[in-house]
Amino acid sequence: MGKIQLTQVRKSFGEVDVIPGIDLSIEDGEFVVFVGPSGCGKSTLLRLIAGLEDTSSGTIAIDGKDATHLPPAKRGLAMVFQSYALYPHMSVRKNIAFPLKMAGMSEAEQAARVERAAKVLNLTSYLDRRPGQLSGGQRQRVAIGRAIVREPSAFLFDEPLSNLDAALRVGMRQEITELHQSLKTTMIYVTHDQVEAMTMADKIVVLNAGRVEQVGSPLELYHRPQNLFVAGFIGSPKMNFIEGAEAAKHGAATIGVRPEHLDIVAGGPWQGTVGLTEHLGSDTYLKVTLDSGEGVTVRAPGEVAVRHGDRVALAPQAAKIHRFGADGKALA
Amino acid sequence: MARAASPRRKFLTTLAAWAVALVIFFPVLWMILTSFKTEASAVAMPPEFLSADWTFENYETVWSRSDYPRFFWNSVVISVGSTLLGLAIAIPAAWAMAFVPGKRTKDLLMWMLSTKMMPAVAVMIPLYLVFQRTGLFDTKLGLVLALMLMNLPIIIWMLYTYFKEIPGEILEAARMDGASLWNEIVYVLTPMALPGIASTMLLNIILAWNEAFWTIVLTTTKAAPLSAFIASFSAPQGLFYAKLSAASAMAILPILILGWFSQKQLVRGLTFGAVK
Repeated sequence: MGKIQLTQVRKSFGEVDVIPGIDLSIEDGEFVVFVGPSGCGKSTLLRLIAGLEDTSSGTIAIDGKDATHLPPAKRGLAMVFQSYALYPHMSVRKNIAFPLKMAGMSEAEQAARVERAAKVLNLTSYLDRRPGQLSGGQRQRVAIGRAIVREPSAFLFDEPLSNLDAALRVGMRQEITELHQSLKTTMIYVTHDQVEAMTMADKIVVLNAGRVEQVGSPLELYHRPQNLFVAGFIGSPKMNFIEGAEAAKHGAATIGVRPEHLDIVAGGPWQGTVGLTEHLGSDTYLKVTLDSGEGVTVRAPGEVAVRHGDRVALAPQAAKIHRFGADGKALA
Repeated sequence: MARAASPRRKFLTTLAAWAVALVIFFPVLWMILTSFKTEASAVAMPPEFLSADWTFENYETVWSRSDYPRFFWNSVVISVGSTLLGLAIAIPAAWAMAFVPGKRTKDLLMWMLSTKMMPAVAVMIPLYLVFQRTGLFDTKLGLVLALMLMNLPIIIWMLYTYFKEIPGEILEAARMDGASLWNEIVYVLTPMALPGIASTMLLNIILAWNEAFWTIVLTTTKAAPLSAFIASFSAPQGLFYAKLSAASAMAILPILILGWFSQKQLVRGLTFGAVK
């Protein structure tokens, strides 16, 4: 079991409202990602759920029981920190066994569970090393091992991959996803990286300035962003926004078109000059300055024969145009 | 940034270092030399060095005239006892200040330090009376308490500095892992801060061992440590420099040896966190 329910959870540090009041429901077994720019309150929200910070008001219920005022240890949650937060003076074995020792489990049971976790995480040959003798990826695995041995009702991950290099990050991302599929335990994962969010989540919670902007599956957020913030945050490269007369033609204050929904067509309605071209092999990103003065990004096929300074005509795919009102909210 | 030192420069720097070391160590050296002279030689003007009469007599006299082992034992109990008691109080205090600081934590730390700026003699009469009326006067327990209180600000400050170096996330991880506050301090914080705790302990044992004001004021015979032992040789019969030097040498020798063997630890502790 691992259902977590937040009701009007608020957190302020002195005069500053970091989280002005959040309602959120996380179902048992879900992989939920909190994503948002730095300083949006996503880590604070995770720490409130963990019990490492006290809520200013509101309630946090775990499996239907009010946990708002329970200490972290009593909430039955496990957390993986950005810095790994391993105990440097203990061996890997002792690190992983630490939560079991704190729970008063017998030595034999501790050893059995540590062995099991080490096997799952490919750590068996490192059990007698100290954290200082391990690579970043191995340390992260130890941190995960320490979390899984307790069999918690939910895992909390606080930007766990941001200290790893790009290649390792992709590998660990898959490992964590596979771990979720095999354990089927609720996971809450905080990241500022929308690619991580899109690839891992069952449900994404987009946060901005302590508020929930939108909650939904990755594809829902991609196809139906409810406001300008989500539209701009989800998707890479980010959505192009066009205001003024062009937007007014569609009856909106702002229209948004994703780079992949702009086609280069002879006689297309938007004309401009190609600035920067970024060749990724499979795709080429073109930065085009429209004659109206606005800059847009176009995602073109890898072998597109367009160069810096060329004139191009673009056509947005009509069905893929997102319309937003003056208040920034999506129009139906 | 590496700077190539010329041999000449190296020689001069080394020479200067030795000169400074000699100036600092000279009083101790002179005291040790004096302790091996006859009383006449010790007070001779101009000071005698090569022409002095060397003797072991002072040590024999000092040993036979007083109960050195008892003073020594009192010193051990008082310095180690006050340091251990101080650590037991300071570790939780420094934990609180380093990891759950309040608005006034900085002020509190400064206030504690400010008590060290007060001249000890200012509280001599009140403390003396308190000790007399509570039966703590001339007891080892009394001195343990007094010295612990005197050195507590330093112990807390040192530990606070070491604890600040420990990442808070590790303690939070322990909390998430189900550790109670006690377990967090015992299994995580203390082992991680061990180098710092060890040097704090050594420094405070040395401070307590060398303390002479309170140990002389608050004792007569029973609990008197080595500082009182030295004082007893600046006796009414007049000054006997050679015997006084022998007594002093006997008093400082144990702590000198301890300091010598632990200097690596001490230097590491005192510069802990200076370079990251």
